[in-house]
Amino acid sequence: MNLNLTLIGQAITFVVFIWLFQRYVYAPVHAAMANRKQRIEEGLEAAEKGQKEQELAEKRAQETIAEAKEKAQEMVSAAERRANEIREEATSQARQEADRILANAREEAEQEKNRAREELKQQVADLAVEGAEKILEREIDEKAHSEVLDRLVNRL
Amino acid sequence: MDTGTEFIVGMARAATDGAQAAEGGGHGGYIEHHLTNWTFGEGFLAVNLDTMIMSIATGLAVVLFGRFLQGRITEGAPDGIQNFMEMIVEFVNKNVDDNFPGHNPIVAPIAITVFLWIFLMNFFDIVPVDLVPGIAESLGADSFRAVATADVNVPMGMALVIFLLTMFYSFKTKGTEFALEFLTHPFGKFLFPINIVMKTVEELAKPLSLGLRLFGNLFAGELIYLLIAFLIPWWLHWLGGLPWTLLHLLVIVLQAFIFMILSIVYLAMAVSSEH
Repeated sequence: MNLNLTLIGQAITFVVFIWLFQRYVYAPVHAAMANRKQRIEEGLEAAEKGQKEQELAEKRAQETIAEAKEKAQEMVSAAERRANEIREEATSQARQEADRILANAREEAEQEKNRAREELKQQVADLAVEGAEKILEREIDEKAHSEVLDRLVNRL
Repeated sequence: MDTGTEFIVGMARAATDGAQAAEGGGHGGYIEHHLTNWTFGEGFLAVNLDTMIMSIATGLAVVLFGRFLQGRITEGAPDGIQNFMEMIVEFVNKNVDDNFPGHNPIVAPIAITVFLWIFLMNFFDIVPVDLVPGIAESLGADSFRAVATADVNVPMGMALVIFLLTMFYSFKTKGTEFALEFLTHPFGKFLFPINIVMKTVEELAKPLSLGLRLFGNLFAGELIYLLIAFLIPWWLHWLGGLPWTLLHLLVIVLQAFIFMILSIVYLAMAVSSEH
């Protein structure tokens, strides 16, 4: 073993290299690793949070869909109900209208019938009077027999 | 060289002398040459140029790689080299978290420096033994040792820094209590002279074992490669080199890892208050 000044030189070299290694070899790699570790941790955390949020959003969406379905169902049934109502109303109105028209027509026909009968009655009476006049022109005094004729007319 | 190394080299030389005798000589001092540093200066004030060059070059390679990566680093999905660097940083961070109580911004950089730098310096152990020295010597070096961690100054220099840091943190955390431990630990206050010795040995044993373990493993590895290169004819090198390389692929990573773990543990012991 030849211990000499190299020992001191090597000790100094060692110290210098510790500093250099720390600065150029260890620190950059170590920093990169530490930063990466932190970023991965943050990323995992964010991913977990995102997943939770997604689950929440999915649940909310499902709720909204169910709600919308219910509402739509409600609306459809309300509309159906309303349509039924309208139909029934229209039907009853039409029926009433028909009844009314029918009644009117009947009444009118009755009136017409009565009027025609009156007219015919009058005409028959006139004809009978005329005929009788012609037959009995000389024999019958109009004034004397008017009472009989009137009774006849009334019976027709 | 101290006696231990001289003993090992002497053994190797004895072995190679035998081989030389069989081969007919011509390789005198091959191993010795490969175990001689390229130095500047004399005696204790000498600086091992080859060690400094290899250690700074390998360290700078990592720093430049880091700078290259810095521009293209992404916080998004990483790929290719960033994945690779993140794997290492993750690995180091995990070991620091497992072994170091609380948080100290300096521990992880120390750990990653120890791991990557020692690994790269160790890596030259499995590069062919004559490749780097051959290139360096052709460029004008007297001799060249490519494995910086097989030079005792490198592991011990690092262990020294770790030791100073543990002392600093021990005093910072425990204050005078730590100083008192030298008097009262482990045998109580009445045996304080023995305690001082015991505690001093205990504290010094940590950096010594830390540095010498790495040095011993890599020095032995280098030596075995040199013996393989020298004793076995070139067309049979793979017989020794292949198994030894397979083993050493483990050893160079393992030793870098052990140095890192022990550095963390020693620092953790320094900052934790209970004994």
